[in-house]
Amino acid sequence: MESLSVFGGAAVLAAETAEGIAHASGWFLENAWLVPAFPALSFLVILFFGKRFPKGGSEVGIAAVALSFVFAVAAGIQWIGQINSAGEGTAVDAVTSTWTWWVNGGVEFSIGTLVDGLAVVLMFVVTTVSLLVHVYSTDYVAGDRRYTHFFAFLSLFTAAMLFFVLSENTLQMIVGWELVGVCSFVLIGHWWEEKPNSDAALKAFFTNRVGDIGLLIGVAVLFFAADQTFSVLEINKMAVSGEITHLALLVGGCALLAAVMSKSGQFFLHTWLPDAMAGPTPVSALIHAATMVVAGVYLIARLYGVFFEGFSIAGSSVNLLAIVGGLTTLVGASLAFVQRDIKKVLAYSTISQLGYMVLALGVGAWTAAVFHLFTHAFFKACLFLGSGSVSHAVHSFDMKSDMGGLRKWMPHTYKTFVIASLALAGIPPLAGFWSKDEILAGTGGWGLVGGTGGNGAYLVMLIMGMATAALTAAYMTRCVYLTFFGEFRGHGTPHESGPRIVVPLWILAVLAVVAGWLNLPKGFQLVPESWTTRFEHYVESSADYFPSIAHAKPSWTLAIVSTAIALGGIAVAARYYFGRVRAESPRATEVGRGWTKRSRLAAAGHTLLAKKYYLDHLYTGIIAGGVKGPIARAAYKFNQEGIDRVVNAAGERSVKAGHVVYDIIDQKVVDGVVNSSGVAPHMAGEEMRKMQTGKVQSYAGIVFVAAALLALVFIVFI
Amino acid sequence: MVAQNVAFWVIAAAMLYAGLRVVTTRNVVHAALYLVVVLAGAAALFLLLGSEFVGITQVLIYIGAVIVLFLFGIMLTRAPMGKEKDLDHPRKLPALLAALIVGGVTIYSVLDYFGAEQLPRESRTTTREVADSIFSEYIIAFEAVSVLLLAALIGAIVVARKE
Amino acid sequence: MYVSQFAVLAAVLFSMGVYGILVRRNGILVLMSVELILNSVNINLVAFGALRDTISGEVFALFVITVAAAEVGVGLAIVLMIYRNRRSVDLSEMDLMKG
Repeated sequence: MESLSVFGGAAVLAAETAEGIAHASGWFLENAWLVPAFPALSFLVILFFGKRFPKGGSEVGIAAVALSFVFAVAAGIQWIGQINSAGEGTAVDAVTSTWTWWVNGGVEFSIGTLVDGLAVVLMFVVTTVSLLVHVYSTDYVAGDRRYTHFFAFLSLFTAAMLFFVLSENTLQMIVGWELVGVCSFVLIGHWWEEKPNSDAALKAFFTNRVGDIGLLIGVAVLFFAADQTFSVLEINKMAVSGEITHLALLVGGCALLAAVMSKSGQFFLHTWLPDAMAGPTPVSALIHAATMVVAGVYLIARLYGVFFEGFSIAGSSVNLLAIVGGLTTLVGASLAFVQRDIKKVLAYSTISQLGYMVLALGVGAWTAAVFHLFTHAFFKACLFLGSGSVSHAVHSFDMKSDMGGLRKWMPHTYKTFVIASLALAGIPPLAGFWSKDEILAGTGGWGLVGGTGGNGAYLVMLIMGMATAALTAAYMTRCVYLTFFGEFRGHGTPHESGPRIVVPLWILAVLAVVAGWLNLPKGFQLVPESWTTRFEHYVESSADYFPSIAHAKPSWTLAIVSTAIALGGIAVAARYYFGRVRAESPRATEVGRGWTKRSRLAAAGHTLLAKKYYLDHLYTGIIAGGVKGPIARAAYKFNQEGIDRVVNAAGERSVKAGHVVYDIIDQKVVDGVVNSSGVAPHMAGEEMRKMQTGKVQSYAGIVFVAAALLALVFIVFI
Repeated sequence: MVAQNVAFWVIAAAMLYAGLRVVTTRNVVHAALYLVVVLAGAAALFLLLGSEFVGITQVLIYIGAVIVLFLFGIMLTRAPMGKEKDLDHPRKLPALLAALIVGGVTIYSVLDYFGAEQLPRESRTTTREVADSIFSEYIIAFEAVSVLLLAALIGAIVVARKE
Repeated sequence: MYVSQFAVLAAVLFSMGVYGILVRRNGILVLMSVELILNSVNINLVAFGALRDTISGEVFALFVITVAAAEVGVGLAIVLMIYRNRRSVDLSEMDLMKG
């Protein structure tokens, strides 16, 4: 791979020339549809028969997901085998199998699977985390009022996510997208009897709905731009080869970006994610940390040809995707500082990390984004499950009031939590370090702090990423201190959780350590060459449906600087918490007269953060309230006075017209004619009546005279 | 010829006078008696025209029965014997006019049609021919009239019986 | 003899009969006037029969006599009934069908 000079921002793309295309094959790859089929089947079984099982249906769910996990691993192994056998320089095409659903007017609606490196990675992640969450849930939600229902929907969610990940065409992606959204709604509102929970579920659903408009528009735009096809491969190929106009790609990309913003919690449609923590912790771990929220990232990664060309990622220093990602990282990290609820800290952390992934995609570091998705799933799930374990012990999520000093009673949870936090903060050699570093390198900022190459010169994003790294380290330190150090502020005696909780925690913690070693950077001197960039080698495709992206060359300088920043963040937070706060009192959670009390600006800043940048107020209060209130009232007024007045006036006028017609026309004119037509005969009759004298002789007289006259007429004239 | 003409005119004069008196006399019984003269004159005319059977029948039936009936009727309706004041309508003019119109039209039409046609000198009809005609040509009319008479008889009894 | 003599005589008698019908108030007298008319018709019939040398004239005259007799019987019966019911045969009072 050539290294590039990126001064000025005009970069030449490095192409990974592929001399040929090999078509992958393999039983597990071709029958990858089985992977979502098992959980789907288990959903139906649990839904209808779950209560009859001895363990309430959970054994069915675990069995199904375990089977999917095995199949996913097998598929992965086959895929790796395919890549290996193809050798260097040969691109391996994705394995697709489709089934035509129906054809209408020349447009074919099909359903099928598309398996390539990306799909394999996601399958692995989803099934692994889902399996661990299933096992965890058997302890966590034991005795719950809707235990079976919970497992049914965990299965459905797993099936839906896998369905989405394996989608062969954009329509199928819409189906999967919506389905995971529905499962999220159901699972967040699992304890819907309490109003805040159902509110949170609705908020999640509606906010996602707003973004889904973008999804529909984007799919439609791409459908028409790509010559009326829904196929992901086709769209990508056409985008990469330039057959689709840039404008169409930009518009489609922006529309899809809206969908990603809502689903993957990007600023400013992220407001639902913290509220979604109202759901059970396994749900938060599975859906809102590891899998569902990355659906948006996956969408971009899957349709990367569209985004790469549409946003002109190569050769520029700023684009919409990168800005959105960068802002999200900062917003998420800043808001994590002012949370009392441990799950909310982790939620904002997730938002921030999702921002990283989108930022990575925005600067062209595709593999870095996917790799970060991979590692983040493990350590974030570990953190969430750890917080669940803590809450199991203290029956609360509030760090400041109910936790503290738990490391004495919950050693396993403590250790796994710390390991995962360090991974999140990006301390080498844990997983987060490698993936985050690759992202920072991929921004291609001027080589100042290392990292040359890349697709553009995204210096601002680099600074954002580094600042967030510091913040991440700091708020996780805060979280760790408030939960595990100091003196216990809650009630009762907490104890370590059972094995079904602790074992998954350790598994994830181990993964959080080793997962990063899958993608050691190229040129890493400490390991053999063949061990580097394994992930990239197997996941990133060089086939014609994937754009040619440049890969940045990370450097030792970048690694050292980013580690230093992370350690600096930890140090600052540690000084504050381990130092000053502990000095005040073991029970304290904050310094008595801190900045917010001494400086009004600081207090205002704190309020801004506490009120989540007033976004919720904007959405619920201003936008929704505005529509509900003044606009609705105005519409009502318009209806009552404007429209109704017209209608009423029309009604009154027709009543009046009716009166006129009745009184005048009917009564006087028509009846007058009718009556007068009776009067004439009446009067004639009155006169003629006088002929009827009743006297025979007058009749006889008339007869004779008439006869005589008639005879006269006959005689004279005939 | 002369004798016939003379006979005719005499009878005619009598009939005319009697007829006039029928409709103008104030005495009811006198009116009936004048009617007898008219009926007798009609019978004479029938004889003059050679229809002896009709003349005989006229006398028998009309004078013999009908007048008797009239007289009975006069008696039974307690018509006062002698002159009455209000036997006619007070206003006679319309009736006169009607009669004149009718008479005028009839006379005019007769004179206009017949002109100076003359009756044959001899009449050759006999009673035998009348009988033959009734019982052959006009048998149905004869039967019908018989039934009519029966009906009239019964009807008169029914109408006039005392309950 | 001219036939028109008979015919004119009949016509005159007829018109007298009409006058009588119209002017007389007594029911019996009206019936008598009707007899006048019928007789005038009879005279005409026989005269025309003699003129045209047909027996039908006489035959019809016979029938007219018969019918007239029947009619007088019934008519007088009616007049009697009227007299019994109303104690008078004044036709000008008989206007129940008035109007």
